[in-house]
Amino acid sequence: MDFMVFQYPMISVQACLDGILLGILFALIAYGMALQWGVMNIINIAQGDLVILGGYIAYFMYLYGIHPAWGVIVSPIIMYFVGIAIYKLVINKVVDRDLFISILATFGISILFMQLMNFAFGADVVLANSDYGTTMLFNNNVVLPNSKIFSAFISILFAICLVIYMKKSKLGRAIRATAQNARAAKILGVDTEKVYAATFGINAALCGVAGALISITFTIHPYMGLPYTIRSFMIVIIAGLGNLPGVAMSGMGLGVFEEFADYILGTEFRIGSVFLLLVLILVYRRFKLSRKREYLK
Amino acid sequence: MKIKNILITFVSAIALLFSTSVVSFAKVVGDKIVLGAAISLTGKYSSNGVHTQNGYNMAVDRINSMGGIKVGGKTYKFDIIYYDDESNPKRAAQLAERLISQDKVEFMLGPYSSGLTKAIAPVTEKYGVPMVEANGASRSLFTKGYKYLFAVLAPANLYLDVAIDLAVEKNNGKGVTVAMAFEQDAFSQDVRLGVLDAIERTGSKKVIDDKLPKELNDMAATLVKVKQMKPDVLVVSGHTKGALTAIRQISEMKVDVPMLAMTHCDAAKLSKQHGKNSQYALCASQWHKTLTYKDDFFKDGMTYDADFTKEFGYAPPYQAAESSAALLVFKDAFERANSFDQKKVRDALAATNMQTFYGNIKFAPGGQNVDKPMVLFQVMCDDAGKCENKVVAPTKWASAKLIHPIPSWSKR
Repeated sequence: MDFMVFQYPMISVQACLDGILLGILFALIAYGMALQWGVMNIINIAQGDLVILGGYIAYFMYLYGIHPAWGVIVSPIIMYFVGIAIYKLVINKVVDRDLFISILATFGISILFMQLMNFAFGADVVLANSDYGTTMLFNNNVVLPNSKIFSAFISILFAICLVIYMKKSKLGRAIRATAQNARAAKILGVDTEKVYAATFGINAALCGVAGALISITFTIHPYMGLPYTIRSFMIVIIAGLGNLPGVAMSGMGLGVFEEFADYILGTEFRIGSVFLLLVLILVYRRFKLSRKREYLK
Repeated sequence: MKIKNILITFVSAIALLFSTSVVSFAKVVGDKIVLGAAISLTGKYSSNGVHTQNGYNMAVDRINSMGGIKVGGKTYKFDIIYYDDESNPKRAAQLAERLISQDKVEFMLGPYSSGLTKAIAPVTEKYGVPMVEANGASRSLFTKGYKYLFAVLAPANLYLDVAIDLAVEKNNGKGVTVAMAFEQDAFSQDVRLGVLDAIERTGSKKVIDDKLPKELNDMAATLVKVKQMKPDVLVVSGHTKGALTAIRQISEMKVDVPMLAMTHCDAAKLSKQHGKNSQYALCASQWHKTLTYKDDFFKDGMTYDADFTKEFGYAPPYQAAESSAALLVFKDAFERANSFDQKKVRDALAATNMQTFYGNIKFAPGGQNVDKPMVLFQVMCDDAGKCENKVVAPTKWASAKLIHPIPSWSKR
């Protein structure tokens, strides 16, 4: 245990800001997961691998001399079609089955993606340099890499665009209708098959944006996807489906929680603490539910 | 008709049995000495696995073309059976079993990484198969009392203790403050133990001791602490992702530290991926092309570097060089044993005392090479932004003077 973070107030400020910026990025990935979970009732274990694939797209642009920030535009376009392809090949066969089948199928996709990326791009850890510099705050006591600020800004931008799209566009309305009641939507003339494909595509596109941002902010590697899946799963569990402000808040909360856990318990417990939190929240939810059941009795 | 069928089946079964027993090599077939190796050709270690394989192949070609191995007045050539262990320790152990019991291999070359060597060593030990390995540096490999394991490389605990000594030397012999960030894996934790020994030996003090997770890609928290505590030395070891993450975040967060020492800089292609931001980083390396060791097959480091680059299209990282050295050790041992008896070859290996282009090789009873110090190089860049790794310690091989302390970010 190390309580340095509380001894120096500036470290607390740093941890909070780092956590919030990181959390916004997580929230974007989680939003994609929440969307397809809500609409299609599918938990996508391959979420993190889609993120990494998106990262590789930005990385290859960087290799060919294009600034990786353009990846946030190119990557989602490519990933949208990757998403549609995955839907047509695999997901449409499991979409009406129970949750376990879909978990198994996406787990398979995850393994396949990891191996394919490893085969195609090699096992080296890579990154794309944005050269965005650093913002210094509070008399140089708090440092924020501009790449992190850029990531958070782009994530918010995409989230806002998506919310507007969901509210205003025809497809957005169809997606929301399908999420509420797929059968009723079908009867009223919504082509649910198309809606499912588009939803999975949009999710993959969001992963593409997040991946591009991660290649600019952190590092990417074919086997690094799982932690992103777990975090987004966690955020969705806390926030619930179809609750965008909730996803944003729990994303930021999780980011700050991770940073503080890192300072207090040590970096080695960073991911472990996320798991612990997940367990605690599940237990708490169960407890709350059982209380509710008692009232009903 | 029925009898004829049975007869045909019987004869073909016998023929098949014979053919497989010919195909499944014994240790020496004709003029070939067959070695076995399980290497990570796919999976997360595949880049370094390929370096290892290229190093082995380069040495096999070179030794074979320069007269081969002379045993009992006859000349033999090396041949290697490779299997892909998929970077998976369980698979590696299975493949070692298969190489020994099915393919009848009686001499083995090591896999890539400490973890996989740890998985294979009990198997080779059980069958009494001598294994020369070039890519497993974890100290725990050499404390188990293995009799048939020989490593041409220096053990992991010697990777970065030189850096602490260097910092103390620069501090006029007085102890320094050290911040440490090590990944939680066998190799990095061994590097940590070595640094801890050096800290104690030199009367230094550790101020930060962080353990990094396996899925590490953010070490901002550690670096914030470093900014606060202002240590004299920051030591980081977390394979390639540790090196890349550290340099990215140190430059982004403008962390000023007088000395930064790391492992896996060349595997991470630090100077290529980070350019000038990686400048002044000190890196532990098993080998560098400018070292002046010599042998008859590869001449010296510079020639090896040129030959390897010509053949494989990239400059050899130390993982390739040490793998080539493993074959030189086997050749030397076979010739001194003058026999293919496993025990005699094992004893000859234990008595090895030779110089290769890669360094001197002499094994301690535990199997580690005790005659080859680690080198430290520093990334140095010119004004045009072209960066190069230059050896700065030990002084005997230094091709450049250590730049210490590292200039602060505001002055760069």
